[in-house]
Amino acid sequence: MATSFVVEGLKAEIEGKEILKGIDLEIKGGEIHAIMGPNGTGKSTLASALMGHPKYEVTDGKVTIDGEDVLEMGVDERALAGLFLAMQYPSEIAGVTNSDFLRSAINARRGEGNEISLIKFIRQMETKMKELEINPEFAHRYLNEGFSGGEKKRNEILQMMMLDPKIVILDEIDSGLDIDALRIVANGVNAMRSEERGFLIITHYQRLLNYITPDYVHVMMQGRIVKSGGPELAERLERDGYDWVKEELGIVDETVGQEA
Amino acid sequence: MTTQIVLPVNPEQLRSSSSGSGEPAWLTDSRVDALKLAADLELPTLEKTKIERWDLNHFGSWTSSAPALKEQLPEQVASFVNLQENSNLLVQQNHAIVFAQLSADLAEKGVIFTDLQTAARDHEDLVKPYLHSIIKPEENRLSALHSALWNGGVFLYVPKNVEVDIPLQSIFLVDSTETVFAPHVLIVAGENSRVTYVDNYISGDYSESIVHNGAAEVIAKDGAKVQFATVHHLNATTTDYTIRRAMLGNDASIEWIVGEMNSGDSASETLTILKGNGSNSDAKVIAVGSGSQRLNYTTKAVHFGKSSESQMITRAVMREQASAIINGITKIEKGATKADGQQTEKVLMLSPKARGDANPILLIDEDDVTAGHAASVGQVNQEQIYYLMSRGISREQAERLIIYGFLAPVVSDIPLEQLQQQLQGLVERKLGQ
Repeated sequence: MATSFVVEGLKAEIEGKEILKGIDLEIKGGEIHAIMGPNGTGKSTLASALMGHPKYEVTDGKVTIDGEDVLEMGVDERALAGLFLAMQYPSEIAGVTNSDFLRSAINARRGEGNEISLIKFIRQMETKMKELEINPEFAHRYLNEGFSGGEKKRNEILQMMMLDPKIVILDEIDSGLDIDALRIVANGVNAMRSEERGFLIITHYQRLLNYITPDYVHVMMQGRIVKSGGPELAERLERDGYDWVKEELGIVDETVGQEA
Repeated sequence: MTTQIVLPVNPEQLRSSSSGSGEPAWLTDSRVDALKLAADLELPTLEKTKIERWDLNHFGSWTSSAPALKEQLPEQVASFVNLQENSNLLVQQNHAIVFAQLSADLAEKGVIFTDLQTAARDHEDLVKPYLHSIIKPEENRLSALHSALWNGGVFLYVPKNVEVDIPLQSIFLVDSTETVFAPHVLIVAGENSRVTYVDNYISGDYSESIVHNGAAEVIAKDGAKVQFATVHHLNATTTDYTIRRAMLGNDASIEWIVGEMNSGDSASETLTILKGNGSNSDAKVIAVGSGSQRLNYTTKAVHFGKSSESQMITRAVMREQASAIINGITKIEKGATKADGQQTEKVLMLSPKARGDANPILLIDEDDVTAGHAASVGQVNQEQIYYLMSRGISREQAERLIIYGFLAPVVSDIPLEQLQQQLQGLVERKLGQ
């Protein structure tokens, strides 16, 4: 069965403030969706709410992955169901090596008694690290500790490649990346494109979309998707900015949940 | 106010029992003098801990009689040792040593590894000058009681220039609350010698209260290198009070590796006196607290020697309602120029009811030194848990990774692989995983 990820009427709040005001989205295997929008419009909240970050409370709506109710699942269960979020600010965890962490994550999928052999794991990890031009010694470094911004982002992509998810959400994966790192990350994503996998790319710059061509582009403002289109929409946003969208829709302040 | 103290034995009984069992007169006198002191001294003062509320009355009765050594290891200790022909092992069960083995090779080199009571009789010249020389009976009631009542115990002597490659091991097993359990470890490492000593404190099956009032003294002569690893995992009805101290000569070094894995109330002090120029002390402590344990762990370095260096690291994980006071004291005396003292104490709390307190203290009376400290106390970071879980790792496994990660800088530095694995296993057990 082809992957299907459906978000319907999703509302979410943080500390009592409503940020998502009803999001509808459907991503099928093989599709790449991009969500664009200025800062403060709820894009990252959408990513966090979908993954189940404890700070965000979903107040309404429905999310399913292949028909299964995502909102009923714990964070780990969402991951096991096939959801992957490359985070904007990955945590640093001292004392836990990158490879121990990745192996734990892979084995969590495979289940007890079916753990990946160490040799096979190392071989896979080394291959993927090479593709992402990550220094091999990073396997033994503590998870994200002392990594530069770009190294952290590449490490997120490494995890994505190793975990083979069905739905990938990339939250501002391009922020803090120089042009070389951006190309490497984009190559990693493109290598993972397949009929079984859907992508949701969250960004406020169009430049990432020069490397990864989306099938659908959505503009988010005030906690809603206010406009959707094809790749040409991203190009127009790059050329003309967001003001014309605001004008067209009569929006004065596009942000949500922020103090005036 | 002096709280009423019931001594486990009166001075006359102690005197007759000690001399009756063939202890030399100087030892009998030292015991009796210490016992008299105990009656007048107060309990030790511990930072932010009311030790007078602890169960410190159940010492058991004192006896100096020692059973004959056994051919076989007591069953409870078998899993802690890998006994081979060249193993060097002492096992104390309750009040006396019950098993002893020293390889012929080491005996030939002049290494002495025997119970302290025997050593006091057979090697007076090597024992008498050092016994209670750095942990003195007059310090407080518990040190006096220990000096009066210590039993079994370990004496390890390594002659000048002798390097011992295989660790010497002892196991202190308490499985009865009837007799005093107060082993004393005395290590004398001659000039330019090298030795590794490892011990375990374990409980058998009992549910009555008992106090372990233990002490270890290490004398490292000029150029000697001593590694001292100790793991305590006494049960919940055992109150553990342990003092460990080392005295370093010129260019001597000690490495302490301490695993505090008890289940009952526990206090310990691990102190190095850096008397010699160029001496070096390194202390690594990991501790796990659970249940309603009250813990007070101190690492301390006192610098007298020029260019002496000390490092101290304590990492403690507290779960349930356990509370821990973690103290680090670096003292640099006037004249200890170019000394360097560094310390770190960190406490990780796994439950809202767990308590932790880290107290780094630097006391510096010399200008020409470097010293530093770092301390932190905190709960498990929920962002980290979320991050790990977002990759499919369960909450339990995520916490486990974070806890091991927290302890890793100490555990991964432990130079003995077997000990590393044992500690790992104990941490796991204490964390209920």
